Amino acid sequence: MSEAATHEANPTGLAHQFEDIEQQREASSLGMWAFLVTEIMFFGGLFASYTIYRALHYSAFEWGSRNILEVKWGATNTAILICSSLTMAMAIRSAQVGKKKATTIIYLLVTMLFGAAFLFIKLYFEWRQDWIDGFVPGLHWVFTSAHPSTVEPGVQMFMCFYFFMTGLHALHMVVGLGLLTVLVIMAARGRFTSQYWAPLEISGLYWHFVDIVWIFLFPLLYLIGGRYH
Amino acid sequence: MSTVTAELHESPAEPRTHYLNASYGIRSWLLTTDHKRIGLLYLATITFMFLIGAIAAALMRLQLIEPQGALVQPETYNKFFSIHGIVMVFFFLVPSIPATLGNFLIPLMIGARDVAFPKLNLMSWYLFITGCCCMLYAIMAGGVDTGWTFYVPYSSAYSHQHVIAAALGIFIAGFSSILTGLNFIVTIHKMRAPGMTWFRLPLFIWSMYATSVIFILGTPVIAITLLLLGLERLLHVGIFDPRIGGDPLLFQHLFWFYSHPAVYIMILPGMGVISELIPAFSRKRIFGYTFVAFSSLAIAIISFVVWGHHMFVTGQSVYAGLIFSVLSFLVAIPSAIKVFNWTATLYRGSISYEAPMLYALGFIGLFTMGGLTGLFLASLAVDVHVNGTYFVVAHFHYIMVGGAVMAFLGGIHFWWPKITGRLYPDLWARFAAFTIFIGFNLTFFPQFVLGYLGMPRRYAVYPAEFQFYNVMSSAGASILGVGYVIPLVYLIWSLRYGPPAGPNPWGAKGLEWEKAPSPPPTHNFEEIPIVTQEAYDYAGTSGVAHV
Amino acid sequence: MSEHIVPVKTYVAVWITLMIFTGLTTGVAYIDLKEWNTVVALLIAVIKMSLVVLFFMHIKYASGLTRVLIIGGFFWLGIMLTFTLADELSRHWEINPAAWGPGIIFLHLPHLLNFLPLL
Repeated sequence: MSEAATHEANPTGLAHQFEDIEQQREASSLGMWAFLVTEIMFFGGLFASYTIYRALHYSAFEWGSRNILEVKWGATNTAILICSSLTMAMAIRSAQVGKKKATTIIYLLVTMLFGAAFLFIKLYFEWRQDWIDGFVPGLHWVFTSAHPSTVEPGVQMFMCFYFFMTGLHALHMVVGLGLLTVLVIMAARGRFTSQYWAPLEISGLYWHFVDIVWIFLFPLLYLIGGRYH
Repeated sequence: MSTVTAELHESPAEPRTHYLNASYGIRSWLLTTDHKRIGLLYLATITFMFLIGAIAAALMRLQLIEPQGALVQPETYNKFFSIHGIVMVFFFLVPSIPATLGNFLIPLMIGARDVAFPKLNLMSWYLFITGCCCMLYAIMAGGVDTGWTFYVPYSSAYSHQHVIAAALGIFIAGFSSILTGLNFIVTIHKMRAPGMTWFRLPLFIWSMYATSVIFILGTPVIAITLLLLGLERLLHVGIFDPRIGGDPLLFQHLFWFYSHPAVYIMILPGMGVISELIPAFSRKRIFGYTFVAFSSLAIAIISFVVWGHHMFVTGQSVYAGLIFSVLSFLVAIPSAIKVFNWTATLYRGSISYEAPMLYALGFIGLFTMGGLTGLFLASLAVDVHVNGTYFVVAHFHYIMVGGAVMAFLGGIHFWWPKITGRLYPDLWARFAAFTIFIGFNLTFFPQFVLGYLGMPRRYAVYPAEFQFYNVMSSAGASILGVGYVIPLVYLIWSLRYGPPAGPNPWGAKGLEWEKAPSPPPTHNFEEIPIVTQEAYDYAGTSGVAHV
Repeated sequence: MSEHIVPVKTYVAVWITLMIFTGLTTGVAYIDLKEWNTVVALLIAVIKMSLVVLFFMHIKYASGLTRVLIIGGFFWLGIMLTFTLADELSRHWEINPAAWGPGIIFLHLPHLLNFLPLL
């Protein structure tokens, strides 16, 4: 009997290599956490580089943060992501306690809506504006001597990290939206029961992790600028 | 005629279904989720990549026969050593033992039907060959000339070669490592058979666990580093360019944060293999099981805090140099514990010198030399003298070839009967082991001398006074090459003509030998075994019964 | 493992706390705390992260193994930061061989602390 056949024949979603559903759920959860550890190190390389250049170009980073980034968008997006984390957690819970599948689907769709709103704000109100203003290093950089020339290299470095960090984060958001789409389809097919919700749980872990990355990006990029000046 | 031969080799009972004959055809291999078949897919892939790296090495040794260069222009020579380094490190050594023997053996050794995520396992292989294809493209499109370290600014501003394609290949292959490591960690934690406690695990499993920890903690950092490098190379935004406020040393920090632990990705699995071979051919329980097990973890942890010893002379601060030097000495301790325990296992054992054992003994000697010369390089003052010379080249080849490759070959020879169900000609195998040992030492020992005399690495030409040692090294390389071809021939021969091996030709201990036939069935065990014994319970068994 | 089902009340309480902290960290950025601005901002970020990890990601109810994994991840990040900074921040120190001795590492530890507010 091929593995695919076993899988189809088994409505509980138990794969052949596991003894029971509990072992399978523990394995998938542990696997996701291990993956998130690699993500910590992946973003960690960026955060480490950011820290070093921040120490080297202290005032330029402050200047860039204060004069180029807008706190209102950063704060709005933070709030949006926190809300999306809540609805994600509620989606998992609704499957765990065996609510109707429509409830799970609605929570998932609201989560996706929040995610899309985040990306829209990022793309339309922030990156688009930066492009127009010529603050995109390497592609469209028209930073002129209107500003103290001593800070210029540091400002370019700051914007480099801004785009790279938020870009990589946005890419993770897009992947998360893809995952959520799959979950909606699975939920619509009635795959989740109060016994089997591992895919929801591990996708939720991923979603919350992306939220956490933003929780750090927000102060590091938007709030360091000595806003009190 | 051939059918008659084949029938002779079949066991008298009715033909048994196992993982190799359960299904046929290219699709059954390319879409398999069986960890054993995936292990073999990796074996074929890395053997191919090894050949490419070996050809580059052979061309380098040819070039260096004459002081003015016997073969090519310096630019081409730069490509030879870069391709050799990149292919051998990222596409052969890193996946060598974990992806082949690790994939094949971990579920068998812990008593599971498969790894925790079989589909993910297949995906890792596809990622790996995608990475290989990027690298092959980079080679065919004209090569890379940055060296395997991709130091900026060579790689960001000055190289006109295919840096991006090569870096992309490493980036993608890196994800294959991450997924493999993740799979192994979950498998070892969650899939052990009843009774298989942590301290009953074979030491190979402990070393694979430590390797997987490095995979998931280190590999993401090289991924992000290569992304930053690509960004810098494509857009010139100055991340590593001091003219625009960047710091080239930051690249080295991030690069070595992965690439030094990567050395332990290569050697830890080798240590695991040796910890299996020594007890099996000494007929003794390993000496100091817990010490060997925990030294693997200690190596994995300490390996992350020594990377700065690659940067003693590149402009790192003296303060950081002091710290890294001290910590680098520390990593010698767990390594030495292992060597001590292996030799103590040999003591008063009933040793038999089968081919795998010859590789294991070779490993102990060569690894010890490689490790001890590493301490020279960890000393700040001595490093100033020998950094960037052939001394370094000789040192890490003693670890990577004398250590990792010897262990890989020893492991392949040990588990070949289990993998294929066939025996190989033992006399040829021993002959090959000796040839490789002699060829290896003749190649790389002269390089210690060359380095100490001051010959720098990565040059296509050299002063005439160094020619004697270089010719010796090139001669050794040709012997080494022959030594590698012999096993390739007789192992392939044995696939068809080798006599059937039986479940346990070595009389070795472990679930893979005692509870599974050779080759094992697709789901490994008729029923999941219940483990009641510690590992290496050799008390009361005598010398190897068979072969 | 995470059999435990978190009550809705907990989720909502965590959510409200997170929103309050978001407002707080934004507000504090406009108050001049000298070098402590960054420290406060990061401290709040760590608190918010802990809330998400503990409740939304169920670590409060998870096995020790998962906790070790996460702590390990952050510990390794710490290793990377500490040792890279050990070089970057000490690169311009003057080299004075006369002052060298076995105690040099301890001698220089206080210097590193000077850089803390910069981060």
